[in-house]
Amino acid sequence: MIMDYSMSTVKDLPREEYFASGHRLCQGCPEAIIARLVTKVLGPNLIVVTPTGCLEVSTSVYPETAWKIPWIHVAFENAAAVASGVEAAIRALQRKGLKYKGRKIHVVAIAGDGGTADIGLQALSGALERGHDFVYICMDNEAYMNTGIQRSGATPLKAWTTTTPVGSKWRGKLQLKKDIPAIAAAHGIPYVAVASISHLKDFAYKVKKAAEIDGPAYIHVQAPCPTGWRFDSSKTIEVARLGVLTGMWVLYEIERGVFKVTVPVPQRRPVEDYLMLQGRFRHLTKEEIEEVQRYVDEQVEKVNKRAGYTAIGPVVRL
Amino acid sequence: MSELKKWFELPIGCTNIEPGSSLNNITAGWRVFTPVIDEKKCTKCYLCWAFCPENAIKIADDGFPKTDYRYCKGCGICSNECPAKAITMIRQEV
Amino acid sequence: MAQRMALSTNYAIAYAVKNCDVDVIAAYPITPQTTVVERLSEFVANGELDAEYIPVESEHSALSAVIGASAAGARVFTATASQGLALMHEVLFMASGMRLPIVMSIANRTLSMPLNIHNDHQDMMSSRDCGWIQIYISSAQEAHDTVIQAYRLAERLDILLPVCVCYDGYVLSHTYEPVEVRDKQKVLEYTPRVERPHVLDPDKPITMGVMALPNYTYEFKYQVVDALKRVPKALEEVDAEFADKFGVKYGLYEEYMCSDADVIMIALGAIASTARLAIDNLRSKGFRIGLFRPRLYRPIPVELWKSVLRKAKMLAIVDRAIAFGGCGGPLFSDVATMFINDSERPLMINFIAGIGGRDVTVRDLEQMGLMAFKSLEEGLKEQCIYFGVRGVDYGL
Ligand SMILES: Cc1ncc(C[n+]2csc(CCOP(=O)(O)OP(=O)(O)O)c2C)c(N)n1
Ligand code: SF4
Ligand SMILES: [Mg+2]
Repeated sequence: MIMDYSMSTVKDLPREEYFASGHRLCQGCPEAIIARLVTKVLGPNLIVVTPTGCLEVSTSVYPETAWKIPWIHVAFENAAAVASGVEAAIRALQRKGLKYKGRKIHVVAIAGDGGTADIGLQALSGALERGHDFVYICMDNEAYMNTGIQRSGATPLKAWTTTTPVGSKWRGKLQLKKDIPAIAAAHGIPYVAVASISHLKDFAYKVKKAAEIDGPAYIHVQAPCPTGWRFDSSKTIEVARLGVLTGMWVLYEIERGVFKVTVPVPQRRPVEDYLMLQGRFRHLTKEEIEEVQRYVDEQVEKVNKRAGYTAIGPVVRL
Repeated sequence: MSELKKWFELPIGCTNIEPGSSLNNITAGWRVFTPVIDEKKCTKCYLCWAFCPENAIKIADDGFPKTDYRYCKGCGICSNECPAKAITMIRQEV
Repeated sequence: MAQRMALSTNYAIAYAVKNCDVDVIAAYPITPQTTVVERLSEFVANGELDAEYIPVESEHSALSAVIGASAAGARVFTATASQGLALMHEVLFMASGMRLPIVMSIANRTLSMPLNIHNDHQDMMSSRDCGWIQIYISSAQEAHDTVIQAYRLAERLDILLPVCVCYDGYVLSHTYEPVEVRDKQKVLEYTPRVERPHVLDPDKPITMGVMALPNYTYEFKYQVVDALKRVPKALEEVDAEFADKFGVKYGLYEEYMCSDADVIMIALGAIASTARLAIDNLRSKGFRIGLFRPRLYRPIPVELWKSVLRKAKMLAIVDRAIAFGGCGGPLFSDVATMFINDSERPLMINFIAGIGGRDVTVRDLEQMGLMAFKSLEEGLKEQCIYFGVRGVDYGL
């Protein structure tokens, strides 16, 4: 059942739960919030594909499973390929009248940033280009958390990880974050969106829209990880919100080529407010924070240009 | 601990045929701080319910959110996010 | 209606897949498999086959996609060779561990380096212990029929394992033979659709591809060991049912003049056809030699093989793959192991030959036979002979 896209409050979220308690994700884990929301919004006629990563290992340890909808894991780098196969099977079996009769079954891959931006990028690109009718959701916690916080292509500039340590030569990650939504959008797919768990209504709306649109849809959702980003487990949503409020995480969608900022931020908070909450940025000097601020300012300018108005406003220090 | 299943008693092909069986895994033992909801302050906005990573907050018949302490890991998101400041984290007495 | 057509083995396979009415095909082209998937895409393009054809971007994704499709309940097919199979390696174990009845054809080709598109068995031998049923065939007709049998076998509820049908690249893949294309109606009667107990279904939601700890992993893996044990008998039954329906029977192996042989030559695949001529020539010169061609190679029906082989004084095992740094070729190691605890057993000599598409002629095979006889009389000087490498001389 697809509800009205516009929920007035989170109270309107479906009450049904398809992601059970008792999973082994960390305290305050954003991936649990994402899995719960996505299954809520799209269940029960939903098949979820999850590659290897925190979400997979923490929800499927035999003899327990947190999933109450059909779910499959195969490997780390092939979620999009497995989802392609599931989608093709549903298509063929429905056409032949053999199975899945008379209803739409959503196929959704829920993957980490490593399984998406790095090792799984080829499979993702192939699936997007082939036009399968599925939704790919990347939970971006900006590192390989399952194996112990190693850098990924999605790790941002200067962030500490266990493979971008802070030393006399390195100051965290030396490279910029890979822009995966832009890569997804470059495939010309009908729907690309960036979401945050701090803005659940916006996220739910994007999930539903992505599932309803014919063809491939990609959603990139920020997943602040208390364990890997080094903040208190109670701050998961707060960190996510500050990502949005500092303009470091712009919530937008690209529907059939039309770009729209879905959550404008009239007054921006300085990046420091976001960075300083997290132990992974603790080593940053004032100059380095300013460098990050300048980079974000440039990005925001590009966003505003694309939006055609000042969707993300100037920095206002409180 | 119940006896572990033999190979021929397991479902075929690395599957689990008991959806939601993670409910058998009581995670209360992870908790250091325990959220307590003050119903006098609660405005029933349900943000705590929506954000809970453990799916451990249920909306009761009286409309108030109630924490299922069998599964609450004590992350504190509910308390941090509650706009009415109705949820306090207390050190759990064992 | 059954139809007699001149087909290469690649095309013979494509026709079999079509007549098995598969639902999803995902494959990536690689020489010498390419024309299988070209022909299949034509079938889908012109409506002869009602299937989804997924033109994946790699072999890793090919196998991953058919795993997804099979898990969703579809009848699936993929095909590859060589580097493609190597790229799939990780996923091979997942397909068998998940007990999915996938059928894959493999046009055997060597592995780089050096890059070479020609035939040997290095690709398959490097993936031989991954829980798949492996059948080696030696003609286009056998390939066509074996693909049909493979679906019947893989989808049996007491088996539920993936099957690969192996055939020599170029030697078989591109050689035309008259092939009886089996009647689709009869094929579907022979291998009807089955409801599997574990598929992705919102009405009966299950979790597939679980994580397990040391307390359960071994038991899950043992299920595969157990299912493989049932395969020889199941394939015999499937083969017998095939004979009832189509009048042809292949067995689990082929033997030629083995009953009184002092030396039995063992070889997989197309080389066996050449070997038969060598056997005839040697027989005419008075050498009592026979030929054993395994068809089912994984799992090995050990007792069955031994019942034929133990009567010989010497086994001449021809491997078309190198087990670098091992105790001989892979086939040799398997045969040696099955006799290891027998007090009376044949001697064994191993010939590594036909690497990277190097011709193995009737004369070569005759020479191998003669070397085996000489070793039998004078004692074994070399156990593993890299036959025909320029610059190596065993003085035999
Ligand atoms: C082929 C392969 N390489 C490496 C690994 C080890 N591995 C498992 S999960 C993982 C990282 C997962 O990172 P990400 O996709 O970002 O998910 P997260 O755990 O952060 O949610 C790695 C490196 C693997 N399972 N398979
Ligand atoms: S490491 Fe991070 S992403 Fe992984 S389970 Fe813990 S909180 Fe979640
Ligand atoms: Mg990650």
